[in-house]
Amino acid sequence: MKIVVCAKFVPDATADRRFRSEDNTVDRAGVDGLLSELDEYAVETALTVKEAGGSEDGEVTVLTVGPEQAADAVKKGLQMGADAGVHVLDDAIHGSDAVATSLILAKALAKLEADLVVFGMGSTDGGMGVVPAMVSERLGLPAVTLGSEVTVEGQTVRIRRDGDTASETIEGTLPLVLSVSDQANEPRYPSFKGIMAAKKKPVETWSLADLELTADQVGGSSAWTEVVEVTARPARTAGTIVTDDDGSGAAELVEFLSTNKFL
Amino acid sequence: MSNVLVLVDHAAGAVRKTTAELLTIARRLGDPVAVFIGEGVSEALPALGQYGAVKVIALSNPELGQFLVAPKAEALAQVAAKVEPSAILISSNAEGKEIAARLAVKLDSGLITDAVDVEAGDGGPVTTQSVFAGNFTVQAKVTHGTPIITVKPNAATPEAAQTSPEVEEFDVTISDTAKTAKIVESKPREATGRPELTEAAIIVSGGRGTGGDFGPIEAFADSLGAAVGASRAAVDSGWYPHAYQVGQTGKTVSPQLYVAAGISGAIQHRAGMQTSKTIIAINKDPEAPIFELVDFGVVGDLHKVLPTATEEVTKRKS
Ligand SMILES: Cc1cc2nc3c(=O)[nH]c(=O)nc-3n(C[C@H](O)[C@H](O)[C@H](O)COP(=O)(O)OP(=O)(O)OC[C@H]3O[C@@H](n4cnc5c(N)ncnc54)[C@H](O)[C@@H]3O)c2cc1C
Ligand SMILES: Cc1cc2nc3c(=O)[nH]c(=O)nc-3n(C[C@H](O)[C@H](O)[C@H](O)COP(=O)(O)OP(=O)(O)OC[C@H]3O[C@@H](n4cnc5c(N)ncnc54)[C@H](O)[C@@H]3O)c2cc1C
Repeated sequence: MKIVVCAKFVPDATADRRFRSEDNTVDRAGVDGLLSELDEYAVETALTVKEAGGSEDGEVTVLTVGPEQAADAVKKGLQMGADAGVHVLDDAIHGSDAVATSLILAKALAKLEADLVVFGMGSTDGGMGVVPAMVSERLGLPAVTLGSEVTVEGQTVRIRRDGDTASETIEGTLPLVLSVSDQANEPRYPSFKGIMAAKKKPVETWSLADLELTADQVGGSSAWTEVVEVTARPARTAGTIVTDDDGSGAAELVEFLSTNKFL
Repeated sequence: MSNVLVLVDHAAGAVRKTTAELLTIARRLGDPVAVFIGEGVSEALPALGQYGAVKVIALSNPELGQFLVAPKAEALAQVAAKVEPSAILISSNAEGKEIAARLAVKLDSGLITDAVDVEAGDGGPVTTQSVFAGNFTVQAKVTHGTPIITVKPNAATPEAAQTSPEVEEFDVTISDTAKTAKIVESKPREATGRPELTEAAIIVSGGRGTGGDFGPIEAFADSLGAAVGASRAAVDSGWYPHAYQVGQTGKTVSPQLYVAAGISGAIQHRAGMQTSKTIIAINKDPEAPIFELVDFGVVGDLHKVLPTATEEVTKRKS
């Protein structure tokens, strides 16, 4: 079974995240980045499915679309245990919106002839959570999304998910697109052996031409959305902090609620 | 005026508040046409008329409910082809976003998710989004196709504008591809009697500091008529169901008041609550990062502070 994990390279949420002033797009080149944390759950799912299958022909490929540094996202996936990587890299991709990104991913996935495509629930930067459904739509494959428990038996994929109104079990048949939530598993840490082995694993870099796409189908020129203004949120002004050492904390809390008309 | 499609969010005909918000926003952009999928359109009609729907398009093909969201997106695309709306508004929940995603590909249109506000602009709707854990506010617009916008709860205050919409039945054809993933089992979530987390004006959340006892959190919430939330640490420990998690991978909330008790304020938790209007924290540790965000903080034990505060609130309210 050929499993492909779509993994995004994102600006580090604990470091500086900002927009480029010239075009209001996210600054991905000038800041620290990493494999989107939520895609680690997807990598883990892919590895577990492969291991559970026990078959010799199971293969996990990590696929990323992003700038030069995005190779780090692929590397992390390989260190965790994936077998191969594909990095779609092309200057024209900068500024792509979700619709364009899904086009690139769909083309690459078709070329990879994936049986199972595993996504994270959402990137930690755009966080739209829409790319898996878009890719499924483009490939004409079923999607089961936001899995918090995933099993694959033969051709049947079964997930459980806890939604707003119900807890559901959903079934689909391979080939299929899957997205998993952070409830799905506990992503493994790369072992020393894994880190060493990753260096020898094959990584291909594909351009748009390799996917039979042209520059005007992606990037800012065909982003169907445009950010017209970016404003940094003003810092919160320091609030009042009281210490409850004499048991007065509750009274002061209620006084605050009352003054601010919450009662 | 142009038509603006609003996908009705409802449970068996009981229209959710978010739909009233969407209709209110739609009126800024054109004439709201409500698209109702499923059973119960007659129950829904009064609410849809109250908030200004000029027409209700009803889709009752039973297959729409059985196969996740792909058929719903297909149906909506067929409605859009007929109505030629100037925008499509959908609630920003998991199902709404997935429908919107598929629709964007089908209609080759731009998609904006998680709008916290939408206004009419010269070249179509202009949205406001709160991004990067609430650290930036961006204005965006769709530049191609039919603007598809998913809107977060509380993005507008519902304003009534009485209409008496006619109901038009609409027949959809659903492809076999759309029927390939199926719900085989569904257990409805038990109602708590408390407000919905994403719609509540006040939320009281508990974290690891509760030590597993959500009693004081629930009691304080009930005294304020609030919803209850939880941190991921509390959810992962099995102390509270995942559906109540606030944060990056839980719900993003933006209530009038957010009370965090026994929650340290990790970045992923902050991502879900820091746009709340007023923030209160109760935490034993004066160095807890949550205190950087608060309007009011109590350094103390939540097991002592909350029960006393609950008593006092109840007394004042009676
Ligand atoms: C703050 C912010 C706001 C944005 N708002 C919008 C908007 O309103 N409309 C819009 O069209 N675009 C928007 N974008 C751009 C959009 O985020 C990117 O185009 C992105 O590649 C697709 O969406 P996402 O990152 O939100 O992915 P999601 O849909 O959240 O990602 C889900 C999953 O898809 C996979 N995935 C996503 N991108 C890649 C990739 N490049 N390579 C490999 N796998 C991937 C991962 O498995 C990921 O877990 C925004 C970007 C940012 C940073
Ligand atoms: C990919 C990813 C996604 C995540 N998504 C989310 C998310 O959506 N939501 C989320 O919340 N987290 C999320 N997290 C987890 C997050 O990083 C933190 O681990 C989590 O928020 C911590 O929860 P907590 O504040 O309850 O626990 P802790 O960080 O352990 O804090 C407990 C706090 O309680 C205080 N305390 C202890 N006893 C008492 C007492 N008796 N009275 C008062 N205070 C007391 C302590 O001083 C401490 O500050 C995510 C993490 C990852 C990696």
